[in-house]
Amino acid sequence: MSSPSPGAGQAARAYPARPAAVYFYATCLVDMFVPEAGMDAITLLEREGIRVIFPDNQTCCGQPAFTSGFPDEAREVAASQLDLFPEDYPIVVPSGSCAGMIRWHWEKIFADDPARKARAAAIAARTFEFAEFLLHVVGFQRKDEGAPVTVALHTSCSARREMGTLLMGRELLARLGNVKLAIHDHESECCGFGGSFSLKHPDISTAMVSDKVASLKATGARQVVTADCGCMLNITKRAAREDIDAGRATASLPGEHLATFLLKRTGGRK
Amino acid sequence: MSAQTAHGSSTEKPIAFVSAQALRERMHTAVNDPHLRSSFRGAMDFLMAKRAAQFPDESELASLRSLSEGIRQYSLARLPDLLEQLEASLTKNGVQVHWAETPAEANAIMLGIAQRHQAKLIVKGKSMVSEEIEFNHAMEAAGVGALESDMGEYIVQLAGEKPSHIIMPAIHQTKQQIAKLFAEHIPGVEYTDNVDALIQIGRRVLREKFEIADIGLSGVNFAVAETGTLCLVENEGNGRMCTTVPKVHIAVTGIEKVVEKLEHVAPLFSILTRSATGQAVSTYFNMISGPRKPGEKDGPEEVHLVLLDNGRTQAYADEQLRKTLQCIRCGACMNHCPVYTRIGGHAYGTTYPGPIGKIVSPHMMGLEETHLLPTVSSLCGACGEVCPVKIPIPELLIRLREEAQSEPHANPAMVGQGAGYNKLASFGWRMWARVYGRPGSYRAFSWLATRFRMFSPSKQGGWTAARTPLTPAPRRLRDMVKDRR
Amino acid sequence: MSARDRILAKLRAGQPAQPLPAPVLGEHFGPRAGTDSPAQRLARFRAGIESFHAEVHITSEAGWPELLASLCADKKIATLLYGADTHAGRRIADAPFAGTTPRAWAGPVEGLKADLFHRIDAGFTQTRGAIAETGTLIVWPSEAEPRTLSLVPPIHFALLDARHIHPTFFDAIHAENWPAGMPTNALLISGPSKTADIQQTLAYGAHGPKELIVLVINAEGEPQ
Repeated sequence: MSSPSPGAGQAARAYPARPAAVYFYATCLVDMFVPEAGMDAITLLEREGIRVIFPDNQTCCGQPAFTSGFPDEAREVAASQLDLFPEDYPIVVPSGSCAGMIRWHWEKIFADDPARKARAAAIAARTFEFAEFLLHVVGFQRKDEGAPVTVALHTSCSARREMGTLLMGRELLARLGNVKLAIHDHESECCGFGGSFSLKHPDISTAMVSDKVASLKATGARQVVTADCGCMLNITKRAAREDIDAGRATASLPGEHLATFLLKRTGGRK
Repeated sequence: MSAQTAHGSSTEKPIAFVSAQALRERMHTAVNDPHLRSSFRGAMDFLMAKRAAQFPDESELASLRSLSEGIRQYSLARLPDLLEQLEASLTKNGVQVHWAETPAEANAIMLGIAQRHQAKLIVKGKSMVSEEIEFNHAMEAAGVGALESDMGEYIVQLAGEKPSHIIMPAIHQTKQQIAKLFAEHIPGVEYTDNVDALIQIGRRVLREKFEIADIGLSGVNFAVAETGTLCLVENEGNGRMCTTVPKVHIAVTGIEKVVEKLEHVAPLFSILTRSATGQAVSTYFNMISGPRKPGEKDGPEEVHLVLLDNGRTQAYADEQLRKTLQCIRCGACMNHCPVYTRIGGHAYGTTYPGPIGKIVSPHMMGLEETHLLPTVSSLCGACGEVCPVKIPIPELLIRLREEAQSEPHANPAMVGQGAGYNKLASFGWRMWARVYGRPGSYRAFSWLATRFRMFSPSKQGGWTAARTPLTPAPRRLRDMVKDRR
Repeated sequence: MSARDRILAKLRAGQPAQPLPAPVLGEHFGPRAGTDSPAQRLARFRAGIESFHAEVHITSEAGWPELLASLCADKKIATLLYGADTHAGRRIADAPFAGTTPRAWAGPVEGLKADLFHRIDAGFTQTRGAIAETGTLIVWPSEAEPRTLSLVPPIHFALLDARHIHPTFFDAIHAENWPAGMPTNALLISGPSKTADIQQTLAYGAHGPKELIVLVINAEGEPQ
């Protein structure tokens, strides 16, 4: 009786066979701020023999406006994205929160527009978070060529609770023979990003991200890996500020998107 | 010790809540208080671990949550019918039912009962609704003593404070602070921070009050329509004392607490205690279906139920907002909230703190006072994940952000709609939609942002308060993709 | 229009047009009732309530008054309050107490209040049954055994017949058809009174009994 919602993502999902091609929906954050993460995700997919289509008209899923309480603006932006995926290929999104927006919330924002709602639902059904796709559809399995290293994994709240990909990220890292995963204290807790939250309530957001940085560092991990660029920027730019304040010349907590990390470890990028 | 001295400090210090508009300032103070930070972190970690231990079987939890959600939604769908049925059953059982639209009406009804009995002392079991309506304050103003008897509430009242947690009211106080409080306020008591000793002091003091109180006040966890039964969940026995020993028992509750059948309380009771304090069951589950009958040797001679609206009908009228009323007040959302953990309960400035407070307070107080509350969330979803009745709290927070920030319009769903409306912010979002809703505009905007990245501001508001600035990459992903082909 | 009418009118105006289907509880509780034997139910009940700091003694229909008397002696109970006009009460009257005065509750609580709060060491009640799942006693106070008998005295002795242990609360409500007639007060009791309101530290004897002692009558021949 209830509409699809966060949490439902954790129910077992049926995955398609490995397709010939996918759409890559990069998200605005990746496009403008962390393009190498998008490029590495594309390279990883192509290396698996999958053709990657990058729709040039992609902008944003509408999530910033949606979560800020501006549904009309979110709807306007999301509506402009409904035409991007004409073929029945899976849509891969290198971000848990944007994937969650498309998968669970597009249908809701088009609740009063049956035609768009139906299209949104069809898109939602073939939208996959990157780690989810790489593990369950591609069956990623490559030789780890890197030196032994300990890393920490941060799973975004949307990835964890809307897309249910916590264990998938862990499993992908486990498939790298030389990578040891360190579980940090309060692992399930939010890093304090929350989009506009970090701007509106800097005190609390800072307290949260400082605690997250501290617990990530306390594991002794050399770096943090995450499949969400919002969290990554929040965590690493907080750590960078701490480094500056402490007069450290090298980054004490560098971060990489999971795609970049996987690609580097498996010989795809130096 | 008289009832008056018991809350002497609270009459000197006004106990009314400060306006939620001062929220920012209070949050700032709270988050920068290292003592508060570490004590709440410790307490929340403890409660989260206790809850997790109660649900080793995920499928049982899933089944119980679905059932509990279903019961609450079913009950709400029939709410007016069930309230009438409840009233009829209670009346048949000899319980007097009163209705109040506002806190003032509820207090006036209860003061009327107190005055009719020439009551000097009302001894109280734990009731968040009585906090919501500032019951103690109203009684004191009329010269009637109102004494909290739940240990945590008693401590908070002695300190002239408000509860900082709906289940553990004195969670912000250390045993040393409580020891000091007892030694200062209770005649003949010397400083001890031994918890058992402190509880025995409280027991001794409050037992004297149970014996002499004229009226006992309680909340209600579940009200059963078919049998006319008021159910109370507690561990200490003070709830039983308040509802059993004085000659008059007044129960006060929100109109949403009613369920149709007695069997419906079985799953709700189970998931309530396990979610709240991580207890398999509470020490007492007290089912009251009427006053003392002829032949019975004890129990109150009069039992009253006061049903309070205070904004609940507003939430009820909207299909989405109605889900707010599913709440069974377990507090799991605050125990798991990263914001609550960092600012504690008092910073919110509302009777109900934490995630549930953010979604219920706007209906009780109006958005004028509370429009900022729904923004104090990273929407991490931890609250919705643990909610025993599956209230989609993040979804409701988003809805409330919309109600607060949209331009004031006719026939709003909520009082104070548009109270957080900001012309500039709304214009900003409209411009954002213009750019991001047109691929050509977005391409131009993102091209400019990356080409002129050196002009990115070094000060970026709240972001750079604690982080290095965000700077666009030299080239966009779409440029890199094109280059390759 | 009264507050009542206005509240109900608002609710009716906002009420969903379609009622929701009634919840089905059996699907959840059916499997949980399980196939425990009476002995297993007793064991679960016992483990549960002992984990809540209650003391449990297994006894028999013939032997419990003697056990009660000896427990009272052990705990140096001077006065034991009980309800006379019950099956158990009549047995107590004949029990071999030494050093303990059994006192039958007489008259309304008003005449007894000072003694109840200050001079009674223990109260004795029968129970209606128990719940295995959580380790919980079901107590229905009555004319003979008033509400405060299990609340005010510092020690509460409760007599339970093991045949009346239900798998869950839900099963108890159904097996005994509670909705057909609830008493003015019905109680579930799981251990002595307690609180963790001071720094999450558990302390017993908050406002109610400091000790809960359960005497379980286990039918002849049942393994214990």
